[in-house]
Amino acid sequence: MKITQEIKDNTIVMTLDGELDASSSVILDEELSDPKIMEYTKILVDCENLNYISSAGLGVFISHLQRFEDAQIKLIFYNMQDKVRNVFEILGLDLLMTIVSDYEEARTVSNE
Amino acid sequence: MNNSIRVNCTKKNLKLIRDFVVEYLQTYALSDIMTNQIVLAVDEICANLIIHANHENPDKFIHLAIKKQKEMLVFEISDNGLAFQRSKYKEPNIEENIRMGKKGGVGIALVNRIMDKVEFETNDTQNVCVLYKKIK
Repeated sequence: MKITQEIKDNTIVMTLDGELDASSSVILDEELSDPKIMEYTKILVDCENLNYISSAGLGVFISHLQRFEDAQIKLIFYNMQDKVRNVFEILGLDLLMTIVSDYEEARTVSNE
Repeated sequence: MNNSIRVNCTKKNLKLIRDFVVEYLQTYALSDIMTNQIVLAVDEICANLIIHANHENPDKFIHLAIKKQKEMLVFEISDNGLAFQRSKYKEPNIEENIRMGKKGGVGIALVNRIMDKVEFETNDTQNVCVLYKKIK
């Protein structure tokens, strides 16, 4: 799992590359736990190259969601592969998290 | 076709197991989504065995064997660690997990929703989890 971050004004664009399983999701948790992240209002997660997610990866997002909501930080996923989106859907997480089709839509939704 | 694999209990080996399952499933030309779901269910069980049942002890092993019975794919995952206590298992409430900032506890829910049948057996020191998935 490789995670890159690009800062644009009040937005972090986080690109996930690889597989988020019980082993690799620790890195994602560290990134999302970084206090610096609370200085931004939008976290856009590019999932184009996220090829796999297990419950451990989902759990990392689940565990930070309320904290971000409380701080009025928007967490938006985009470019998600169908098979990965399906895993969110199995648990109904697609209804509790914001998943949009592409970067443009992510920008639009983040400004609403 | 090689249909079983044995790995020691480190989380890094989950990738090996997933690759093994993907390779096995290639014969059946399943959809991407179906293949991913099956790989995920096996990965969830193996992760639980490695982390919770065997505490990531590299001297311990888990074993996976796959076979086809009529329309069913059968995944048999065994280890010698602490047995999973199904009677103590509670389906997670995802919204509650979000409110509480809870990291774990959704893996078995995924397995239950993906697979057609899930069995846990314990004989003396060996635990066996058997997953059944119907394929066309």
